[in-house]
Amino acid sequence: MLSPSAPMTLSMGPSHPATHGIIRINLQLDGERVVDSTVDMGFLHRGFEKMCETHAWNQAIVYTDRLNYVSAMINNIGYCMAVEGLLEIETPPRCQTLRVILSELSRVEDHLTCLAAQVMECGALTAFLYTMKAREYVYELIEMACGARVTTNWTRVGGLSMDVPPDFADAIKARIPSIRIVNDEFNKLLTKNRIFIDRVKDVGCMTKEEAIDWGFTGPLLRATGVPFDVRRDTPYLNYDEFDFEIPIGSNGDVYDRYVIRLFEMEQSLQIIEQALEKLPEGPVNVDDMSITLPAKEDVYGNIEGLINQFKLIMDGHGIKPPPGEYYSAVEAPNGELGFYVVSTGEDKPYKCRCRPPCFPFTAAIPKMIKGHLVSDIVPIFGSINMIGGELDR
Amino acid sequence: MDWFIIIASMVKMLAVIAIVMGLATLLTWVERKQSAVMQDRLGANRADIFGLRIIGLFQPFADAIKMITKEDFVPPFANRFLHTLAPILAFAPVLFVFTVIPLGPPLEIAGRTVTGQIANINIGLLFIFAFGGLAVFGSVLAGWGSNNKYALIAGIRASSQMISYEVCLGLSLVGAIMIYGTLDMTEMVIGQSGHWFGWLPRWGLFMQPLAALLFLPAAIAENKRIPFDLPECESEILGYFVEYSGLRAGMFMFAEFVEIIFVAALFTVVFLGGWLVPWLAWDGFHFPWGGMWYLPIWIVKMLEFAAMFIKIAFMIYFMILIRWTLPRFRYDQLMRLGWKYLLPLAMLNLVVTGVVLVLLR
Amino acid sequence: MEIILFIITALIALASALMVITRKSPIASVLFLVLTFVCIAVLYVMLGAQFIAAMQIIVYAGAIMVLFLFVLMLLNLRGNQGWENISPARIGLGFAAAGLLLLVAVAWLKTAGSMEVAGLDPEMGTVSAFGDVLFQRFLLPFEIASVLLLGAIIGVVAMIKRKPLAELGEDKEGKVS
Repeated sequence: MLSPSAPMTLSMGPSHPATHGIIRINLQLDGERVVDSTVDMGFLHRGFEKMCETHAWNQAIVYTDRLNYVSAMINNIGYCMAVEGLLEIETPPRCQTLRVILSELSRVEDHLTCLAAQVMECGALTAFLYTMKAREYVYELIEMACGARVTTNWTRVGGLSMDVPPDFADAIKARIPSIRIVNDEFNKLLTKNRIFIDRVKDVGCMTKEEAIDWGFTGPLLRATGVPFDVRRDTPYLNYDEFDFEIPIGSNGDVYDRYVIRLFEMEQSLQIIEQALEKLPEGPVNVDDMSITLPAKEDVYGNIEGLINQFKLIMDGHGIKPPPGEYYSAVEAPNGELGFYVVSTGEDKPYKCRCRPPCFPFTAAIPKMIKGHLVSDIVPIFGSINMIGGELDR
Repeated sequence: MDWFIIIASMVKMLAVIAIVMGLATLLTWVERKQSAVMQDRLGANRADIFGLRIIGLFQPFADAIKMITKEDFVPPFANRFLHTLAPILAFAPVLFVFTVIPLGPPLEIAGRTVTGQIANINIGLLFIFAFGGLAVFGSVLAGWGSNNKYALIAGIRASSQMISYEVCLGLSLVGAIMIYGTLDMTEMVIGQSGHWFGWLPRWGLFMQPLAALLFLPAAIAENKRIPFDLPECESEILGYFVEYSGLRAGMFMFAEFVEIIFVAALFTVVFLGGWLVPWLAWDGFHFPWGGMWYLPIWIVKMLEFAAMFIKIAFMIYFMILIRWTLPRFRYDQLMRLGWKYLLPLAMLNLVVTGVVLVLLR
Repeated sequence: MEIILFIITALIALASALMVITRKSPIASVLFLVLTFVCIAVLYVMLGAQFIAAMQIIVYAGAIMVLFLFVLMLLNLRGNQGWENISPARIGLGFAAAGLLLLVAVAWLKTAGSMEVAGLDPEMGTVSAFGDVLFQRFLLPFEIASVLLLGAIIGVVAMIKRKPLAELGEDKEGKVS
């Protein structure tokens, strides 16, 4: 017979409705209170880093789509920036501004998804569907830019796979108000809802020091009060030309993370508006035949173009960055998304390492849920926005 | 034995079962459709019979066929007997309580009065509590009998939640019982006839506003719906019926819909004046501004039946509205709300009602 | 008609009461006890004591038995406590208790023949009649009983109050794992 005070072991996941993305949390429960827990990750390991080593530099971009599949654009951009750093090239201004616009659209999309999942697990299914509607608007815009909704595969080393259509700016401008309306609805339904606040306030708290020790970045770090944002502290692309605020919280609890995400969405929309104002004309790819693929009419029309295409596509040829290593980070919706690439002068990466922003959060789950109830695990887990593809790579 | 009473009871039983089951079936569609409207969706609209769709009204039939034809699975590690018994124990009591809830006004047939409920026993409301309280066995045994840790947690949550909120539910109604001086539900409705100042109907809602305010959350908690759906919150602990499939899972779901009707009907009878229509007397409308509109007795009765169902429908609408608007509580918050806020308020309501009644005597 | 109903109900009540004490699984015992209570409630109704019947179901079947079930679920007892685990002394004591009960029953049955069944007032079991008796004639015993129960509740709360396991663990090991 079990003594009533012995903890109960409960395995939450791998296939539990709240563990979207696959993960298992082994809980030791006293009644419903979490005494201890361990996190079991790696269920979605696909060997992204190893796969990169057998593919040409440009071919790895399609794998980065599958890292954080909710904001695939930012992964594309982050990876390409690392390779561009290795090649020591600078992309044209139009490319940079477009990358900023699409980064921020992806950020909106990611935050919408995260908030939606978080509140849905608290029981607010209607708010979930409102945000899904807004996300659909963003997907339409992303589809317009690259032809795909989730697996964008949009950037190339040294630029973009294609320029955006001419009416892209107008389409975004037309959609931004409707995204704002949905955000407002969401705000009204939940941000001041007493039940919701009680559910998320003072839940899953982290202090500044703990968050830094655990390697937190992004909204979770900012929720503790540390104003760290890669976009401002180590500006990349042309983020330093834009005017935006970085919201910080004070408690480091789930509510702060929620509010910060809501606030950041508005900031992202403002960045998009500014970027659309000063979107320069010009090429979107660097003018370097050893990096950029020739135009299709050149490939089919003249021998130089055909040879150029061959030299970039054929196995053993292609882009060959000089030997060396490079780390570059972008501010993904979850935090610092870093790519560390090593080249030995071949057409394939010697090593490509991804720093997934949600890995430290997931590792800190046992710390965040300790002493809380089973019900609290769900909003905490929702707030860290674990993405299986990115976590397990 | 009086054949008239037997036949009248039989007819009433059939009518109540038909109405309740029919409404519950319809509710499965209403809930889908109303949530769809709230969420900017179309909702279930694909089920058709020979191409006839009528905005998805055939959906309940499709659901029923789906549930009946699904595999009826009993997990090998479950207690087979309890696993089978639990859905029945969850479903039967909620249907049973309709014995004493009047779904319409008393009728004069062949010189005798036939009340709107199946049995007019003098412990009407207590009967409801007695059998409503038994419904908890269904959830508890489903949770325990499934031999699943999630179901067990849910079963424990269900039992403690239902016992706790039953107390609030009971105490919030005691004030109404004190005012009406009866437990018989037909007499309760009759006790709400008349008007204050000539225009405000003397409904329980206006006599016992606090009780009505306390009753509704307690009833929704008994019903285990959002924001009180902790025993079955699908994103945390999956619910006590996690190991059920097919028709047995359907019985739990159906029991919930019958409970919605039950709560709506109970609220209507106790707080919304049952079948009473404001200013309508047996001979027609007596308007507060002095006018009269004479109506034949059968039209008056028809109006009263209609009023009863409109009120029930409104309450159902209101509960679905809540269901799709709010997030859910946490378990400890739920208990705190029940024991620290609702219960003392219900006690306070009781004391105030008692004092006022003594002073008025 | 009424006698048939009585016989059926009484038989079910007796049979399920027997099941309560013979079942090995405590959960089954609890469920049979619920059945017994429901049957007794039916008997109360047949006597015209509707209020007591309702109370029987609300308090015993609805509340107390659910708590029993609750505790049993938490304890996670399995039906493996067989007869062989019970010491012979206990069995002997059980037989002695049964003998005493039989003695009382026989003594009661011998006098029962001379008792007249009082003419039952059909209004006797209604809520108002019950309330009259409880709050007029037996007001003082009723209040004393309620004070007694209050004391019991406070005592139980004081006894079961314990530190949560999480705090205990930290106190013992002095670290947060």
